[in-house]
Amino acid sequence: MSSFASFKLALTIARVHLFSKPKQTLIAMLGVTFGIGMFIALIGLMTGLNDFTEEITMTSSPDIHIYHDVTQERASIIETVNPDGLNRVHHQKPKNETARLHNASRIVEVLRQDNRIYGVAPMLTSQVFYNYGPAQLNGQIQGVEILEEDKLFDLKSKMKDGKLEDLLAFHEGIIMGSGLARKLNLRKGDRVVITTPQGFTRTLKVVGIFQIGIGTVDNVRSYANLGMVQTILQQDQSYVTDINIKLNDRHTAKAIAPELQQKFTYKSEDWETANATFLTGVTIRNIITYAVSFTLLVVAGFGIYNILNMTIINKMKDIAILKAMGFSGIDVRSIFMIQSLVIGLFGALLGITVGFLLSYAISKAPFDGGDVISLDHFPVNFKMKYYIIGIVFGVATTAIAGYMPSRKAAKVDPIEILRGQ
Amino acid sequence: MTTPVLRTTGITKYFYDPEKFQVLKNIDLEVQRGEFLSLIGKSGCGKSTLMYVLSTMDTDFEGELEIAGEKLTHRTQNYLADFRNHHIGFVFQFHYLLPEFTVLQNVMIPALKLGKLKPDEIEHRAIEKLKLLGMDEHARKKTSKLSGGQQQRVAIARALINDPDILMGDEPTGNLDSHNSRVVFDIFRELTSVYKQTIIAVTHDEEFARQTDRIVEMSDGKIISH
Repeated sequence: MSSFASFKLALTIARVHLFSKPKQTLIAMLGVTFGIGMFIALIGLMTGLNDFTEEITMTSSPDIHIYHDVTQERASIIETVNPDGLNRVHHQKPKNETARLHNASRIVEVLRQDNRIYGVAPMLTSQVFYNYGPAQLNGQIQGVEILEEDKLFDLKSKMKDGKLEDLLAFHEGIIMGSGLARKLNLRKGDRVVITTPQGFTRTLKVVGIFQIGIGTVDNVRSYANLGMVQTILQQDQSYVTDINIKLNDRHTAKAIAPELQQKFTYKSEDWETANATFLTGVTIRNIITYAVSFTLLVVAGFGIYNILNMTIINKMKDIAILKAMGFSGIDVRSIFMIQSLVIGLFGALLGITVGFLLSYAISKAPFDGGDVISLDHFPVNFKMKYYIIGIVFGVATTAIAGYMPSRKAAKVDPIEILRGQ
Repeated sequence: MTTPVLRTTGITKYFYDPEKFQVLKNIDLEVQRGEFLSLIGKSGCGKSTLMYVLSTMDTDFEGELEIAGEKLTHRTQNYLADFRNHHIGFVFQFHYLLPEFTVLQNVMIPALKLGKLKPDEIEHRAIEKLKLLGMDEHARKKTSKLSGGQQQRVAIARALINDPDILMGDEPTGNLDSHNSRVVFDIFRELTSVYKQTIIAVTHDEEFARQTDRIVEMSDGKIISH
């Protein structure tokens, strides 16, 4: 017996079966097509959103953020004085401290020596009121070394109007978030009056407008020169409240942050912890995508199972005579497995085509992200990986769905059928 | 005489459903090459059961079965399937042709399965077999377009494609009118006399049986005359 000849024959018979009932074959195929198509479209949209979320998260928060957490737990006085005693301190309150990082310039210097670190930007941040006629808008001002800040967050590409360098040239300048500027009805070149919580007032000139893409940042934040903000807050030139760090590989942040915290004693927070709520969305979206796609494919699988089962019941006589003529169980099984795999493969190929077209349509659909996120179209992912997963999924589902009926066909006892008549 | 093409010793078989029942009792049978043998008996005497044992499709029996010099007891199903492909051709009461295929394809399938010859050689052989049965002009037709007698002739051509040692028939004329029965019988006759084809046919058609070389009559699971 030549197994190649057997396989070729099984292939021929499978093909004839598939073509003799084209409608049924097509319906089985469309089940897979629909499942895979939806999977591709969903995963494209979901991972597109995920990537977009991660990207804007990265542009708005540093890899590692070092600051003085005044609410951080500390040892109480009695514990310091009487360390071996049985001490109990109820409801301990934070000390009256400023957010100042002592020795900030030294810390920055040390960090800049570290070869895992790409950039370090010392910063001073404060709540301020932006005066708009009689109304006051609550907001935030960040005193920065603007070029260092650019190195960390690529601010240049976020500028909607004006240039970063203008801030260096103009000491009393301010670069304002787009949402905030719109609320205050300000344009480049206009002046704005800000008031600190301590009551100090200063007039600054808008030299640029930036837009990061997240409402919570664009609607409240402005950048000014570090020295300027130190002056507004009536602090000396070493007053810095935050140090932002960008790493060469941001996935090492979780490991490096605790090390820095121990070294400098200040709170050191990595981006994943800082954006935990934001990033849980990513996981949930992934779960939804896979759950929905899996359900669709299981339904398609049941369709194939049904159709193949019916085919086999209708073809009992054919199977019996094939076995009488010398087809082994394996030969019979291959005839039906080939059918389900062909349905699966072509269904999946058609499915990724449909999925691509759907994804393309979605990516062109206008979408207004409003003030929260600056988006005009849905972000859609077209990664090859998901198309390959789609094909593998489709073929695997049909293989499983086809296996059981095929095994049943292989076990048909020819005598029962041939004598039964 | 030469060694028999088929030999059984002490074949015994039970049915277990609905209760244990001995359907074949110690059957010893020898069939010589070129013999045209008919297996007769009343309904339920076990003649069909015996034929399915001889066909190697039924393996649930006691005793020895030997075809073409090869012992066939305790073989795997796959081995037996391959053995049938090489050595046995079947004709049943119903034609069992595959409805989606043409006449020619139906005849070719067992040979394609055997895989000894190239497809074009197989096609040539299949046409020859169809010619032998006067069916060559219908070769390209779908089997469903043929009459009952024509379909049975195609089934015979299919049974002969691999030049089997034995052609087995289970009521091969059972579903045909007298004219077509005659045609099928004449074909069988010609196959044995001209081509020395061994044929074992189960039948309850007495006229058919009377004209065969040898009649084996069964009753209650035993051979009562041969």
